[in-house]
Amino acid sequence: MEQFEGKSIFRKIAMGKILFYEKASAVVKREKISDPAAELARLDAAKEKAVHQLQQLYEKAVKEVGEAGAAIFEVHQMMLDDDDYCESIRNMVEQDGVNVEYAVAVTGDNFSQMFASMDDDYMKARAADIKDISERLVRILTGNDSDMSALEEPVILVADDLAPSETVQMDKSKLLGFVTEHGSSNSHTAILARTMNIPALIGVPIQKDWNGKMGIVDGYRGVFIVDPDEEQIAKAKAQMEEEARKAELLKTLKGQKTATKSGREIHLYANIGSVSDTAGALANDAEGIGLFRSEFLYLESDHYPTEEEQFQAYKVVAQNMAGKKVIIRTLDIGADKKVDYFELEPEENPALGYRAIRICLTREEVFRTQLRALLRASAFGNISIMFPMIISVKEVRRIKEILAEVKAELKALDIPYQDVEIGVMIETPAAVIIGEELAKEVDFFSIGTNDLTQYTLAIDRQNPKLDEFYDAHHPAVLRLIQMTIDAGHKGGAWVGICGELGADMELTEQFVKMGIDELSVSPTFILPLREIIRNMD
Amino acid sequence: MKSFNYVINDELGLHARPAGLLVKEAKKFSSKITLTKGERTVSATQLMMIMSMGVKKGAEVTVTVDGADEEEACAAMEKFFQENL
Repeated sequence: MEQFEGKSIFRKIAMGKILFYEKASAVVKREKISDPAAELARLDAAKEKAVHQLQQLYEKAVKEVGEAGAAIFEVHQMMLDDDDYCESIRNMVEQDGVNVEYAVAVTGDNFSQMFASMDDDYMKARAADIKDISERLVRILTGNDSDMSALEEPVILVADDLAPSETVQMDKSKLLGFVTEHGSSNSHTAILARTMNIPALIGVPIQKDWNGKMGIVDGYRGVFIVDPDEEQIAKAKAQMEEEARKAELLKTLKGQKTATKSGREIHLYANIGSVSDTAGALANDAEGIGLFRSEFLYLESDHYPTEEEQFQAYKVVAQNMAGKKVIIRTLDIGADKKVDYFELEPEENPALGYRAIRICLTREEVFRTQLRALLRASAFGNISIMFPMIISVKEVRRIKEILAEVKAELKALDIPYQDVEIGVMIETPAAVIIGEELAKEVDFFSIGTNDLTQYTLAIDRQNPKLDEFYDAHHPAVLRLIQMTIDAGHKGGAWVGICGELGADMELTEQFVKMGIDELSVSPTFILPLREIIRNMD
Repeated sequence: MKSFNYVINDELGLHARPAGLLVKEAKKFSSKITLTKGERTVSATQLMMIMSMGVKKGAEVTVTVDGADEEEACAAMEKFFQENL
């Protein structure tokens, strides 16, 4: 047994036979040619084929990992078309009279050297992209471009480094994980590995004689075990069984509609708390983002986040979700979520105190900055805005006035934005009772069951002494949910749940029967819920 | 000849994808469009050269447009930078 440490790219575990992968591209020979025109015609044909392959890879990657992860193959196509790169190849063929394979290999080396020597990690990683496109051209030119995905049994791939096109071409069902010596956590391969759910380690000193041995990639601890002992095998197996159970759900339910047998469709969206959670939402096939908690921007910062900082975060999520709905909840701090620079005074009773929309409507500058950032980001995707802790129609009307003013400011400056849907959180019994009036003001409701339960039962969930009095399925709460759905529909708003009860599988059937339109849950619950709904009549 | 300065806002700087899109946009016009950062000037149609300038967040670039359709090209470039970078 040997154990090696590496940097984990994705927290998962895999066990299997090790395949030591060496690039087949080998050495390109320099040859004298007599007909440069014929040689350049070969280059054009190869480029055309390469662009076609990259387009297919792009389409494949869009399906598997989404628009953002696939973008690299679009960039590769652009790089292949780069004037300087093509001219360098042409010059070598015409002036030095060398074969085009050689010209491509040398040009690729030169350009990739240029990037490798830059002092910017992101740009350094681009050296691999240039090598990748050059190797692709050489493979096509030498007729050696059969895809390397012909793996016969599942393996852990060990390699010096892997190009993005190599990882995406592989038959994922045969790839258990990968271990590389080089590559950075910034590389596209690393990003693809994350979104593809493959455990991966980088920075491991690899050895060729591992080929064919048993290995365990432990992405939780960041270790690679070669020739594991019985105990390690048993432990890894237990962890993998748990993961496999989830993966099974993933496989069968991804891309399927969330609808009952009678055809009633429910939207299954994901709750996320930061930009990077989008990957998990996409990996679990979320149909949108039902709750993007914007608090992280404020909690992780030591100053009021600027419009620009917020805009970038919202824009990235909107773009990554590529046209799917992204519902962003405005600032919800106060109560248990404290931020120093807001300088909130201590309160006797913070749960009933100065929080969420109450802060926004009294510190309008903070609110307007967020609304401006949200509206600007709306030009890049399908954004909706949701407001927390609403208790009156007056609040909603005031919010709409402010929103209209912010829109007018943007319009005057010629800054693009879309007309966004707006919604309110239903978290207080008051909001439920005036539901129909509220529904006439907004496009949707999202029920925050945690607060709704706490305010309805008058039970503080932080206090363990109250556990015996607490009932998560209290009929009062369930009736309030039914009332909210009915009031919403009557007033013309669709109704969803984004609190913890939304992921409570004992209640899913009941919610669907009540007429719920949307459930927004942690990404890992999406597929289990889809299964339940698809099995309903 | 027309020109404008722009400070890069994107976290990753002028990275591969927007650089590629920039080239596409620049190729739509007959005017000669260049990017200057510090001492270096490259054509806006040279993808790898643009990337090799290593323009990071906060860096200022000067975009210069010269040619028959420079009015239109300069406006399009400014719009492109504001939307993508």
